[in-house]
Amino acid sequence: MIEKIVVLEVVLPLLAAPVCVLVRHPRLCRLLSLGVVAVCLAIAVAVLLEVRGGGVISYQLGGWPPPLGIEYRVSTVNAYLLALVTAMALVVFSFDSRGGPPRVPEPRRHLYYAVFLLCISGLLGIAITGDAFNIFVFLEISSLSSYILVSLGGHRRAVLSAFYYLVMGTIGGVFFMLGVGLLYQVTGTLNLRDIAARLEPSLDDRGTVLALALLVVGVSIKLAVFPLHHWLPNAYSFAPPKVSAFLAATATKVSFYLLAMILFTIFGAPFVFEELRLQAVLLPLSILAMFLASGAAIFQTDLRRLLAYSSVAQIGYMTLGLSTANVTGLAGGLVHLFNHAVMKGGLFLVVACLLYRVGSVHIDALAGIGRRMPLTAAALVIGGLSLIGVPGTVGFVSKWYLVSGVLERGWTAAAVLILLSSLLALVYVGKVVEAVYFRKPAETQPIDHVREAPLGMLAPAWVLAVAAVFFGLTTNWTYGVAREAAELLLAGGI
Amino acid sequence: MRPPSRVREMPILRVVARALVPVILLFGLYVQFHGDFGPGGGFQAGVIFAAGLIIFALTFGVEALRQAVPVVLTERLMAAGVLLYGAVGVLAMFLGGEFLNYSALDPLTTGHHGQHLGIIAIELGVGIAVAATIMRVYYAFVGRRPDGDGETREAALGAGPGEGTP
Repeated sequence: MIEKIVVLEVVLPLLAAPVCVLVRHPRLCRLLSLGVVAVCLAIAVAVLLEVRGGGVISYQLGGWPPPLGIEYRVSTVNAYLLALVTAMALVVFSFDSRGGPPRVPEPRRHLYYAVFLLCISGLLGIAITGDAFNIFVFLEISSLSSYILVSLGGHRRAVLSAFYYLVMGTIGGVFFMLGVGLLYQVTGTLNLRDIAARLEPSLDDRGTVLALALLVVGVSIKLAVFPLHHWLPNAYSFAPPKVSAFLAATATKVSFYLLAMILFTIFGAPFVFEELRLQAVLLPLSILAMFLASGAAIFQTDLRRLLAYSSVAQIGYMTLGLSTANVTGLAGGLVHLFNHAVMKGGLFLVVACLLYRVGSVHIDALAGIGRRMPLTAAALVIGGLSLIGVPGTVGFVSKWYLVSGVLERGWTAAAVLILLSSLLALVYVGKVVEAVYFRKPAETQPIDHVREAPLGMLAPAWVLAVAAVFFGLTTNWTYGVAREAAELLLAGGI
Repeated sequence: MRPPSRVREMPILRVVARALVPVILLFGLYVQFHGDFGPGGGFQAGVIFAAGLIIFALTFGVEALRQAVPVVLTERLMAAGVLLYGAVGVLAMFLGGEFLNYSALDPLTTGHHGQHLGIIAIELGVGIAVAATIMRVYYAFVGRRPDGDGETREAALGAGPGEGTP
């Protein structure tokens, strides 16, 4: 049964978007989006349970058998991504933003939901499809809609940062497209498994290496790997807070999956990591991201920018897991997808609560807010502790497996550097916590009128805060799935 | 928006446009519905159809076109076209096939009749969506003030309350 409806993951949000445009009623559209995302989550969880233990669901679109037709191919790796994206979408959609992003007037708010649904559909499409060109199409659907979403932020600079994101994202998309074109030239097929099988004899071909380079650079731009991350801090800090929460929790995660899939499934770990030695590039960049982006986060005065720079650093941890190319390290990177989504999504929802009540998330404006909004501030602390990697939170779980994976490779220095970079996280989280709890509010900015955030906002933020602790204590589900996915990827499957 | 007076005083342009526009629209429909036998299809047909209407607007004024095809209608048709495409796919699922498996649309005959039906229906969806999108893009461009202060005149085009407020 489930293998017959797995396509609905993409089709439901894709078709709900035009329905929103036709309905033109913001409340109805919000309910419709919530319903669609909830159904998608249910399907994703059912699929994940179905494929665990090595199962695969293959769906032939239009009844055309692969490799000629488009194939949706779901194994533990993509089912994990599907569940992650739909779960985060559900939490973010259930967040009641009380009037939506400031730049969308009431008569056009239905379009906001339509664009949001398109973005979800694109992200799910990238995760689910087994066809290289199909990935490009969904990459563009999700990217174009996220540029629109970012531009809806209240500040004038939101439009500028959306444009910058658009330019960078389009360059990334073009690189990806060229890579797919070269692969098609070398292998004559677009089905991912078919490409992998036919690439074997022509791995030393110059075209193959060029295709790998183009694909990796293209996806790295979308993933915001360290020197290509420049679009991310602006996009995340000027987007509407709900959008930042969603994009931080899902968009970079799907790009990470794409990168892992390209390296392990298409080209194969032996070629990429033993012959070409990609880790010689990826490992230093990851460590640089961890230190420089965390260092930049320390000097930010706006909470959103601070969290955005912290995201770049966290992406460094993920790519570090990728560059170990062993099961423990890769599983650490993959489990960090979920863990980082939970904590960063939760933190950006906290930012949305603070923005709604305080009106600013400048660190000075947050002085003493812990007394006025105790629950919001507590969620902020839990998320912050998780970013540092305190035991009992999800951040600890990821770092534990990352360090184990790095030590398995014998990279002792890298393991020390991971631990040292956690100290930087301690500094920037400590800076926020110090302001929120221990600093006196400035006399020019009285906070007596500030009350606790409404329940509709607080509940989703707390769901993620509780999840950050729960999955920090129970790792069977998250790490179990991530390890299975890592084993599958290293064996060259998806 | 009224056309510049020079265009209104050009009888040749007006007469030629009046004669050509219906032919262009008809040709658009021909490309649409003949697309499964010859060159053509929904995308090309949509572009041709919208181009015919834009020629009409260039000669007789946007106001005249807006009376025939309101801005809101183009927005609805964009969505309706996509929905038509998707609905065919979902219908195929309900009839027991995969998403967009047109053969499931006509399970009784063994030939390719279902494929035929499906491709006509989805290409109609493509045609509607493309024509509506191109016209919406055109409306968005002509609704923009030349001094470019970011304000749009879409409210003046009657696109609905609050339309185009920054």
